[in-house]
Amino acid sequence: MSTTTNGRTAAKAPGNDKLAEAATWLDDRVGLATLAKKQIRKVFPDHWSFMLGEIALWSFVVLLLTGTFLTLWFKPSMTEVTYNGSYDLLRGVKMSEAYESALHLSFDVRGGLLMRQIHHWAANLFIAAMLVHLMRIFLTGAFRKPRELNWVIGSLLLLLGTLEGFTGYSLPDDLLSGTGIRAADGFMLAVPVVGTYVSFFLFGGQFPGDDIIPRLFTAHILLLPGILLALIGAHMLLLVFHKHTQWPGPGRTNDNVVGYPLLPVYTAKAGGFFFIVFGATALMGGLFTINPVWKFGPYDPSQVTAGSQPDWYMGWPDGALRIMPNWETHLWGFTLSWNVFLPIIVLPGVVFTAVLLLPFLEAWITGDKREHHLLQRPRNAPSRTALLVALMTFYGILWEASGNDLIATHFHLNLNYITYFNRIMVFVGPVLAFIITRRWCISLQRADRDRLLHGYESGIIMRSPEGAYAEKHLPISVDEAYTLTARDRVELPPPPGEVDSNGVANRKARGEGLRWRVRNFWFSHDIEKPTRTELEEAHHHAEHELSVRDDGHQHLTESGYTGDYELDGTPADGHQFDGRHDISGDELRKGH
Amino acid sequence: MRLLSARLSARRRSPFAGLVVLLLGLVLTGGAFALFSPAQAESGQADQSTVAQGRTLFLVGCASCHGKNGEGIVTERGTQYGPPLAGVGAASVDFQVGTGRMPLARPGVQAERKKVLYNPDEIKALAAYVASLGPGPSIPTASQYSISGTDSEAVARGGQFWRTNCTACHNFAAAGGALPGGKYAPSLSGVTPKHMYEAMLTGPQQMPVFSDQVVKPSEKRDIIAYVKRLQSAPNYGGNALGSMGPVTEGMAAWIVGIGACVAFAVWIASHSVRSKKGAKA
Amino acid sequence: MTTHQEPEPGNDEAVATTAHGTTPAVVGDPIADPGLPPHEPRPTDVDPHAERRAERQVATLFGLSTLFAILFVVSYFVFDVGKNPTVIAGYGASNVALGVTLGLALLLIGIGAIQWARKLMSDVEIVEMRHPASSSEQDRADAVAALDQGISDSGIARRPLLRNSLIGALAALGLPAVVALRDLGPLPRGDLAVTVWKKGMRLVNDVAGTPIKPSDVEIGQLINGEPAVFFEDKPNGEPKFEGTRLNDAKTKAAIIIVRMKPEDITPPKGRENWGVEGILCYSKICTHVGCPISLWEQQTHHLLCPCHQSTFDLADGGKVIFGPAARSLPQLPIMVDSEGYLVAQSDFTEPVGPSYWERG
Repeated sequence: MSTTTNGRTAAKAPGNDKLAEAATWLDDRVGLATLAKKQIRKVFPDHWSFMLGEIALWSFVVLLLTGTFLTLWFKPSMTEVTYNGSYDLLRGVKMSEAYESALHLSFDVRGGLLMRQIHHWAANLFIAAMLVHLMRIFLTGAFRKPRELNWVIGSLLLLLGTLEGFTGYSLPDDLLSGTGIRAADGFMLAVPVVGTYVSFFLFGGQFPGDDIIPRLFTAHILLLPGILLALIGAHMLLLVFHKHTQWPGPGRTNDNVVGYPLLPVYTAKAGGFFFIVFGATALMGGLFTINPVWKFGPYDPSQVTAGSQPDWYMGWPDGALRIMPNWETHLWGFTLSWNVFLPIIVLPGVVFTAVLLLPFLEAWITGDKREHHLLQRPRNAPSRTALLVALMTFYGILWEASGNDLIATHFHLNLNYITYFNRIMVFVGPVLAFIITRRWCISLQRADRDRLLHGYESGIIMRSPEGAYAEKHLPISVDEAYTLTARDRVELPPPPGEVDSNGVANRKARGEGLRWRVRNFWFSHDIEKPTRTELEEAHHHAEHELSVRDDGHQHLTESGYTGDYELDGTPADGHQFDGRHDISGDELRKGH
Repeated sequence: MRLLSARLSARRRSPFAGLVVLLLGLVLTGGAFALFSPAQAESGQADQSTVAQGRTLFLVGCASCHGKNGEGIVTERGTQYGPPLAGVGAASVDFQVGTGRMPLARPGVQAERKKVLYNPDEIKALAAYVASLGPGPSIPTASQYSISGTDSEAVARGGQFWRTNCTACHNFAAAGGALPGGKYAPSLSGVTPKHMYEAMLTGPQQMPVFSDQVVKPSEKRDIIAYVKRLQSAPNYGGNALGSMGPVTEGMAAWIVGIGACVAFAVWIASHSVRSKKGAKA
Repeated sequence: MTTHQEPEPGNDEAVATTAHGTTPAVVGDPIADPGLPPHEPRPTDVDPHAERRAERQVATLFGLSTLFAILFVVSYFVFDVGKNPTVIAGYGASNVALGVTLGLALLLIGIGAIQWARKLMSDVEIVEMRHPASSSEQDRADAVAALDQGISDSGIARRPLLRNSLIGALAALGLPAVVALRDLGPLPRGDLAVTVWKKGMRLVNDVAGTPIKPSDVEIGQLINGEPAVFFEDKPNGEPKFEGTRLNDAKTKAAIIIVRMKPEDITPPKGRENWGVEGILCYSKICTHVGCPISLWEQQTHHLLCPCHQSTFDLADGGKVIFGPAARSLPQLPIMVDSEGYLVAQSDFTEPVGPSYWERG
């Protein structure tokens, strides 16, 4: 093997003996060449939406780098000290060592504030990018077999990333972060039966105690990043193993992947993108303040500030908490706080589980067991797209509800009315969104079908002799037509019978019946792509209208011509500009 | 104000008069309390000519709602049209008129800070007149609210009072916050130390009173000093994004951060120019 | 119209072969696959001037990046932080300069690398064939056989005693793992139900610690208060409460004192004498999830929580009138002591703060 490597390396990099030697040395010990020969020129397809996950990946790298810098100064301790640092508006104030070290980082360490801000911006970006990436995967059907496991890993990453964010922004022990931990304690207390115990074990006694910051710190810099890193590794390995999905197109099939090799093009593009993401977060860290802990002051359980919100990714359960009716049950000497337990513990769990199961749910509905490597345009899966938009609407309403106080002040609205509105919209909105999105997708499918059958709108307006105007349609290219039709046909099986072929009652019939109804609901409104016959007919029809007379002008055929379109003795119907005829020198084109 | 009262009196004869009065009355019922609430009885002695000038201004600009003698106007339905002003004190007038809240431009859940319609002498005269109606807090003197002499220790202490008493409504950076029913705690940017002091002293509209006996004058001055220092402090970390907390930060992360990265992604994946005309994109 | 399926050296997957896919999702229906369009050269592929221009462009980007990296170092030393930070146009110069120079240094490397890839690296698309994710039937069979052999060699199937006792031993290991975490915290023993308030303890203004007389409090006034004990010292001169112990106690004991016109107040039954001349005292801790709460509207007597907008009516026994909180704000019964200061009649008569299971 070493000889092979030796030979190839030498052949590839003549005149670079040192490098070849080093490669041989390494391969003699770890045998990398076998792996490298396949992976170095691994193909990645090019599309902007394939880079959304990369934003998340690179933000994570930025987080590791800046986070390591921060740990060099941050002291995760709740011991009380009197501030005597550079920020004079807080000098002499008693605070925890954690908050003091956050101030020290911000005011006395050069670049410390920048690193804090890059770290916080990158965290916001990390989770935002994961969410956008998840939506892209769902909208294009990239989660289908064989990639379901990667969807599950990705969903876990989103959950852990959110927890990582929460443990991170809780660390500085400023008034805002302390208020967040206080609320989190309230959430835990609301858990039936074990809530109080969970709270006491986590805080080492009553809130706030002096254990919570060190414990969150360990989770934030060791436990969660470790799991995140392992899961990201698994996510990447599966990506390499499955090879990236691609959009259908001429030469791009379910059996191949067309794109650029890892070395050099993808290395340059992905590597370059890392610098761009890092650069963008650095610019944001330099230009925009994020979490100005010095303005909040140290945490004090008797203080609070208006605009106490969590970071954006915790916003939606917080919004649910805000619009939840105040239900609480007292039974047999115990208290059940539905008003907290349902929106903040149950709801996120249910939503997360639903997200986790989406690929399996869709596979159950469609009954599709094939491998899919070609992406679907969102319009070509109307119900799936509508489902995601409904989920996004649900998320969006709750998200907006968590900013209800700022919406009230900035748009001069009534806080209470916003809450009532959201209580209704959180149920009505997703349903409306589903219906509208599905109809929208179906209309787009219809437009695609029209485009295939009747061509595209050329922009050429023809005037008939009696003054009527009509726009000419021209046929689309073969490549485009192929791309538009590169999707599956939906075949709905007949409804399952109540009894099987032997006349025995089918015990699974009820389940199958439900599944058939759901599948029918899922697909029944989709617009099919035209069949070969339909295409030929449409094409034939167009040709029919295009018969050309001996004089070189084309015109409506006798059957279709009603006699009124005559212009200079020749019917003028606009086919002159249909792309099938030479129009060079045609006077009408002048001025275009 | 002359315009407003002219319009109002004209409408009183119109069929809508009742409705307008009702609406104004409903809205002003709340406003009534702010001015109604008795404050410290420290009536300032002003000379009679100032009081007389104030009364003239009052009759033109304020009496249509507050009554000819500041006794307040109650509508036929029993709601407050304009609250009685006896006992609200000069400080209240100086705050309400000096920040443009009074005279009201239009009914609303809350009087807004806007362009001041009276010059300082007129405000002084109005305040003197209202103070003559009954004892109330007088306008604080410059020595009470002047923050020029405050040292850093006092400012830091002012910050602790600020976070304990004020941030819940006005936000950590004095950017303002929401109250129920469309009301709000205003932003304090551009508010003079005198007006801040008067607001704490008189508790305008929904704002509670922070009397001198409990929050001492020196403590009030420290609070003002802290807010002023906070507002004039440099933006150490770049643009403050309105100092509204994580909501605007999240918006910036999505719009600027994700926006920029996606724009770059589109550029990275786009096909570069081809040398042949008519090449497919 | 030929497909660009160039055999890649060493990468046998990147050669066009017959389809491997189990069931192709798209078979030329209704239009046959026209195949990959031919590669079209870029200006930099055919025009040496364009190529050199692109090369200069990329090199300039990298050069500028170096410049900004150096400017970062300069900014690091030129702009002060600390007690007298350099301020330019109202901004902290150090942070902005460091962020902008670092950001541009990084961005320019990224833009340069990508421009290099777009303009100068080969942009001929290559094709790699896919294989089904599953292993071949033979591999599966071999794997199962190996697994069977392994299991059989271990004898785990034949020796249920060994198997079961091992499973039992491993399961028992869970106990130490769980028990070792026992000391994470003490068990809750009704700590949440009591505060430091007791009969005769003075109500004082927070931060300053000033005791309060009813005459100090005006109608419409709000006082953010604490128990006097937080401002008292032990005989040895140390504060009775400090640090995290102070915070623990404050979390439950913080109060707000408000004064309303007595005729506006409708006290709940049994609480008629809990106030002094229209002065009422309530817990400052929201009954929803525990945010301190002091947004008091003096005209409506409503108290709003800034965290989740629960609204309480302090003139009506602290009743919830809006928002997610379920329980009224606990009221602290107060009276006047012999010196005329406001004091507590007792501790809170119910647990303050968020609900919990054992609360009842």
